[in-house]
Amino acid sequence: MIVVLFCVITLTFVLVQLAPGGPFTRERSIPPTILKELQARYNLDGSLWEQYTTYLGVRKNSRGEYSGLLQGDFQPSLKYRDRTVRELLAQSLPISATLGFAAFLLATTGGVWLGSLAAVRHHSPTDTSAMLAALFLISIPNFVVGPVLIMLLGIKIRLLPVGGWTEWSSLVLPAITLAGPYVAYIARLMRTSMLEVLQQDYVRTARAKGLSEGRVVYQHALKVAILPVVSYLGPLAASLVTGSIVVETIFNIPGAGPFFVNSIQSKDVFLLEGVVIVDCLLLVFFNLVVDIAYTWLDRRIHLE
Amino acid sequence: MSDALPPPPGTWARLRKNPVAMGAMLILAVIVFAAIFGPLLYHVDPHATSRAQYQPPGHAHYFGTDNNGRDSLARILEGARISLLVGFSGAFISLFVGTTYGLVSGYLGGRADNIMMRLVEILYALPRLIILILFTFVFDTHFKIWLAAHGYLSMVGYSKIIILILALGLIEWLTMARIVRGQVLSLKNLQFVTAARALGQSHARIIFRHLLPNIAGIVIVYLTLTIPAVILDESFLSFLGLGVQAPQASWGSLLSDGAQVINPVHSYWWLLLYPALVMSITLLSLNFLGDALRDALDPRARR
Repeated sequence: MIVVLFCVITLTFVLVQLAPGGPFTRERSIPPTILKELQARYNLDGSLWEQYTTYLGVRKNSRGEYSGLLQGDFQPSLKYRDRTVRELLAQSLPISATLGFAAFLLATTGGVWLGSLAAVRHHSPTDTSAMLAALFLISIPNFVVGPVLIMLLGIKIRLLPVGGWTEWSSLVLPAITLAGPYVAYIARLMRTSMLEVLQQDYVRTARAKGLSEGRVVYQHALKVAILPVVSYLGPLAASLVTGSIVVETIFNIPGAGPFFVNSIQSKDVFLLEGVVIVDCLLLVFFNLVVDIAYTWLDRRIHLE
Repeated sequence: MSDALPPPPGTWARLRKNPVAMGAMLILAVIVFAAIFGPLLYHVDPHATSRAQYQPPGHAHYFGTDNNGRDSLARILEGARISLLVGFSGAFISLFVGTTYGLVSGYLGGRADNIMMRLVEILYALPRLIILILFTFVFDTHFKIWLAAHGYLSMVGYSKIIILILALGLIEWLTMARIVRGQVLSLKNLQFVTAARALGQSHARIIFRHLLPNIAGIVIVYLTLTIPAVILDESFLSFLGLGVQAPQASWGSLLSDGAQVINPVHSYWWLLLYPALVMSITLLSLNFLGDALRDALDPRARR
């Protein structure tokens, strides 16, 4: 897992620094001496290898001190000159995380509920319409759903705030927009696996001993049928991270997403690395939790 | 000798009986036709600006005009060309890479298979779209300079699209590789493969003559499901302003323009509605077709 993180840090740094143009490129060219001064100030002088090792914190910078990732220093932002990457992230990440978490809850509970419902009422109008709705949700991109929701619920009915991040209700529309397609994915997964599980012998046993249908489905069958959904949670988290970039742009939410886009366009390598590192750490950590949860839920697997 | 199994009997017949699948195919055919021949039949330059800004749909402009007075219908047709081109070519690249990777991994088995699948797992864990954005952003500039230096000046405008296709294709192959590998693992111990091996056929021949035809069905299903995924990814990039560059248009960049002019003061709804409709219908048809194909290929899976 540390390998993955290291690969991402390296790849990002090299890719960005290899691109022509630099963070200090302006319409008017800067005199070479000032450019040099700037580069030295931000530890971006020297060869690519030197810059990279300085950033990691295994080489002394031009002021003769180690100050890089290993020392916990994320460097100042190159675009927002007087702010450090750490400050920017500390300000924006909680917002992104709240949005992501809300969407995550919505997607899992909504998906599991819809999927089980469709499976239990197999071949009924409920089933058909649920799966049709799921296919629609998958096919319509969320940057279409977002503006449409803004139009309908925000502007026409004035039910909910249309953007920004001022009160709790401003979380509702972005979370729905972000969760939409994943509700659908999970509902489809859940339906297939629930249908399979409902045909198993132990479900028949549970029914035979006279348990109510609700207990059979939601207690006995759900425990096993939910496993494919659990293994989808890792990719889900990854998609939510990237999906939130778009949703934050649509709803003008001051999260980490806009920073990501800006930092690429202005070649702010430090800010970009900061966002990428945090995203990656979150994903790695989350995948670990999912793996543990999976073994805990599925007694047939033992973690080595 | 032709010992490859044919696709399950009646696949086409089952598909033809499915009205949803046939409808989806018809709609797709219309959209592809419009993308290819539309600009030839509808003689309006998608880049021609005029003073008629924000004209609502009417006789002069069927789908209205945008902030520069450009004709919306012409822009959508141009966008269809680019979006579909990116979607189809990207999906074909991913098909090629994923199938080859899965075939080799599954066929070799053992330690090689372990290592190759571990690599796929690592790639799965990466935030793929972030890497994708970086990749296109960086290599686009390089590629432009290279094209200009080698005298392909007319191609410079298309460099972003080419890079997008390559990058999307090279990033969307993971699921395909996994599925193909799984199929190969279960196929390679069947008797017809053993027989082919006993006859002394080469590995390449066994892979391409015997295994490949047997997994063709599932590969086609996932191809139909990869195309919408790639189109969606491209529109995602264009929406963020990191994809296709102005004045070229893709559905994503049109939607991005449309979403920006939705506000309480005045709503230029046609700039959002029409691209959104066209794109959603396309994606929906592709997904419906993919689902129907899967059902038709494997009647057991249909429940």
